Amino acid sequence: MPSKSIRKIDDVAVRFAGDSGDGMQLTGTRFTDETALAGNDLSTYPDFPAEIRAPAGTMAGVSGYQIHFSSHDIHTPADRVDLLVAFNPAALRANVEDVRSQGMVIINSDAFTKKALARAGYSEDPLPDLATRFNLVEVPLTGLNREALAGLALSQREVDRSKNFFALGMLCWLYSRPMEATERWLQGKFQGDVREGNLRTLKAGHAFGETTELFPTHYSIPSAKIEAGHYRNITGNTALAWGIVAAGEQLKNPVFLGAYPITPASDVLHEVARHRHFGVKTFQAEDEIAAASATIGAAFAGQLAVTISSGPGFILKQEAIGLAVMVELPLVAINVQRAGPATGSPTKTEQGDLLSAIFGRHSQSPVPVLAPSTPGDCFHTVIEAFEIAVEYMTPVVVLSDGYLANSAEPWKIPEVDSLTRKTVSFAEASEDSEFQPYQRNPDTLARPWAIPGTPGLEHRVGGLTKEDITGNVVYGPENHQHMVDLRAEKVARIANFIPPIEVEGPDSGKLLVIGWGGTKGAITAAVEEAQANEQVVSQAHIKHLNPFPANLGEVLGRFEHVLCPELNEGQLAMLLRSRYLVDVESFSKIAGQPFKVGEISERINAILNSED
Amino acid sequence: MAAETAPRLSRKDFVADQDVRWCPGCGDYSILANVQRVMPELGVPRENIVFISGIGCSSRFPYYMNTYGFHTIHGRAPAFATGAKAANPDLSVWVVTGDGDGLSIGGNHLLHAIRRNLDVQILLFNNRVYGLTKGQYSPTSELGMKTKSSPQGSIDHPIDPISFALGCGATFVARTIDVDAQHLQQILRRAHQHKGTSFVEILQNCPVFNDGIFAEVEDRKTRAESALVLEHGRPLTFGSAGGLKGIILDHGVPKVIDLKDEDDPVERGVVVHDESHEMRSYASALATLKRPDFPVPVGVMREVEKPCYEDLLVQQVTDATEANGQGDLAALLNSGDTWEVA
Repeated sequence: MPSKSIRKIDDVAVRFAGDSGDGMQLTGTRFTDETALAGNDLSTYPDFPAEIRAPAGTMAGVSGYQIHFSSHDIHTPADRVDLLVAFNPAALRANVEDVRSQGMVIINSDAFTKKALARAGYSEDPLPDLATRFNLVEVPLTGLNREALAGLALSQREVDRSKNFFALGMLCWLYSRPMEATERWLQGKFQGDVREGNLRTLKAGHAFGETTELFPTHYSIPSAKIEAGHYRNITGNTALAWGIVAAGEQLKNPVFLGAYPITPASDVLHEVARHRHFGVKTFQAEDEIAAASATIGAAFAGQLAVTISSGPGFILKQEAIGLAVMVELPLVAINVQRAGPATGSPTKTEQGDLLSAIFGRHSQSPVPVLAPSTPGDCFHTVIEAFEIAVEYMTPVVVLSDGYLANSAEPWKIPEVDSLTRKTVSFAEASEDSEFQPYQRNPDTLARPWAIPGTPGLEHRVGGLTKEDITGNVVYGPENHQHMVDLRAEKVARIANFIPPIEVEGPDSGKLLVIGWGGTKGAITAAVEEAQANEQVVSQAHIKHLNPFPANLGEVLGRFEHVLCPELNEGQLAMLLRSRYLVDVESFSKIAGQPFKVGEISERINAILNSED
Repeated sequence: MAAETAPRLSRKDFVADQDVRWCPGCGDYSILANVQRVMPELGVPRENIVFISGIGCSSRFPYYMNTYGFHTIHGRAPAFATGAKAANPDLSVWVVTGDGDGLSIGGNHLLHAIRRNLDVQILLFNNRVYGLTKGQYSPTSELGMKTKSSPQGSIDHPIDPISFALGCGATFVARTIDVDAQHLQQILRRAHQHKGTSFVEILQNCPVFNDGIFAEVEDRKTRAESALVLEHGRPLTFGSAGGLKGIILDHGVPKVIDLKDEDDPVERGVVVHDESHEMRSYASALATLKRPDFPVPVGVMREVEKPCYEDLLVQQVTDATEANGQGDLAALLNSGDTWEVA
């Protein structure tokens, strides 16, 4: 066996691309787990079509999975990739322009037939041209995989479906990844010849890498120096689901999750449904409205209630959320935002629902709004949302997004004892005084949570205007104004519960970059890059969007320029400008894709180089 | 538990301190009074009783009951009730809705609540008109009904609540009349006893927008001829001495026959009422009986047994706990592939 050179590198971005039926997401997640176990920091970006299996070989059916891994701290899946693995011509055509100049492109040469090229929309063979721009490596994946699996009792179709594991084995050799985790996973997932086939082709791919002359070099990426602790990989959706389960455990009250299937939120329902042994009840409702309504019914009956959806479904819940505002019951309503309007692009990310979360119900209907900023942060955010909901007796909206939902990052597993500050308590009858359903806690303005089954607290709540203290139905003008003011004040006081916003970098100066939610990684990468180049720039990221942190206005006022990148038309910028009279510069992108670091860097440079 | 030690409650204990705000002469007054009368007899601790409603005249009901109550949003009461009952199966949950709330804006939720067979009671007050929005035609209004929104007459074919409930697979379906106190109370008791979703249509007069729509069955003088009172095991006869009639099924099609006072109706082929038919075609045939060709059937049309949603849900939680052990959060967070960074 010829001995090959091994080169140490710091940072690699790889993208797998193929048909939606080729197993790209699976290949990507397996490679991600191996990379995590190798001790690298990482960030991933799955990008797949809304169609389950679009016609094979067409651009519409291309599914991709990008992973960026490094020996240092990283925040994004990377703007450009160093290696693209394209399983067919359509996958090549859809992705090749994201490969860095002279980067490596591995193609499944068996799939590059005249017919397949035509299906992908290539009128001529693109390979000669691409070979001048990239390090093009042609590997007959289909054939090699068939050879590896010869003799097994599998249909041709079953054999061909394994070729993603051949590619995975090859990449494991190329980047010196351990394969034990994938082997374990295959042992558990499949049986018989399918298992044997996948294991065999994984190893064959690895051996092919080792022996072929196509790869003269392979690479090692030293493990990253990250904070000590016990780690795992986690996606935003898994983190939301586990946060829901954890809230029930830590607040010491059973959870009820009501949901209706919708992309990209359904995975949270699936994951929570697997954990009913925590006493969690999951309810697949007949529609989005029923999901929200049943959830509020469960809150009325005393459970930690949560409903989850995505944009179009979330809008349908708004009337019910308005009722929860009126009857002041605790509810967590999660919106995993996606690109719209209407059905839009269900699998693509966006931050378009901020204003609708804060203002999207009729009349004055204030709700606290929180947004997680990383996949792991989804876990902590949902627990905090439950805490606010029960502390202040209010519905709370959590805004995740399609990018956070499916992206993975290494996550330091928290100690469970450190997760919450409080437990649930219910009202009980007192012999000294008559029960008043709208008597408030003087500090939080929360009304009591008095649940059916409690003797002596029988009372009625409903959507009609309530009298202060008694909760009786009244329509008087003074009471109405008073109750509107009370509800607004109650939500405003949540600013006392949440931490002040922190600035990364200098406390004041020429430029503050401010963002919210899932854009944190890209903003942080751009700001750190600028700081590394000795540019003076600071960053702050808002998790609490309503109410804002108490010190936010003061922080904004300390900078000459405030830049606000958002995946919408400037919704946070609008809020900041109107609230604080600060000339916030909006940087808007609505392409169904996360920000590239370079896009934000350009804006930072433009402002820092401006003459004012 | 509490039921044994608690003092005996009376109707008064179920009267809330709020002024009732329905129009004078509204059928809802009678329904409210009879519900309040039946409550103490059920043996359910008052704190375990919950009334949940949507929007409309009927949906103001919970405010007048001194129990737990939740006046929710238009059409969604069955969904709120589903959450409350699933959360706490010990509660006695009563949904109050109307023909507009339950069958128009909330038709979907009514369908799914019934098919899930939660152990709740659903009382649908049917006055065949929108009251609270001031008199538009409802999904149960007759074709041609002239209202402010249908000056030339409604062109919507009406839906029959009983047929709807049967179509959803309801395990208990009954119809009663707002002003027939005894019958109403009897049906409420039966609805409560039934384990599963009990769907009760209550024919209710709206004196302002649809006065007299059920006058024939509400009026004691005409009730015998116009109503068919269903009793399990008894033949389907109606009318009074000298003018008795019976219902036969001719090739599955209901027909009215005249009976002599001395006739044995069963020998004459009159159908004997059987609530517990597994097939719902019998109850569905009953549901098609309409004035003026037939009497209006009142009573329990169907009662069968099926597992309840909340019991199955609790069972699944129990099964999952038995299979996996009580959930352990630290174990969950540390499950699968993890690694140590020194």
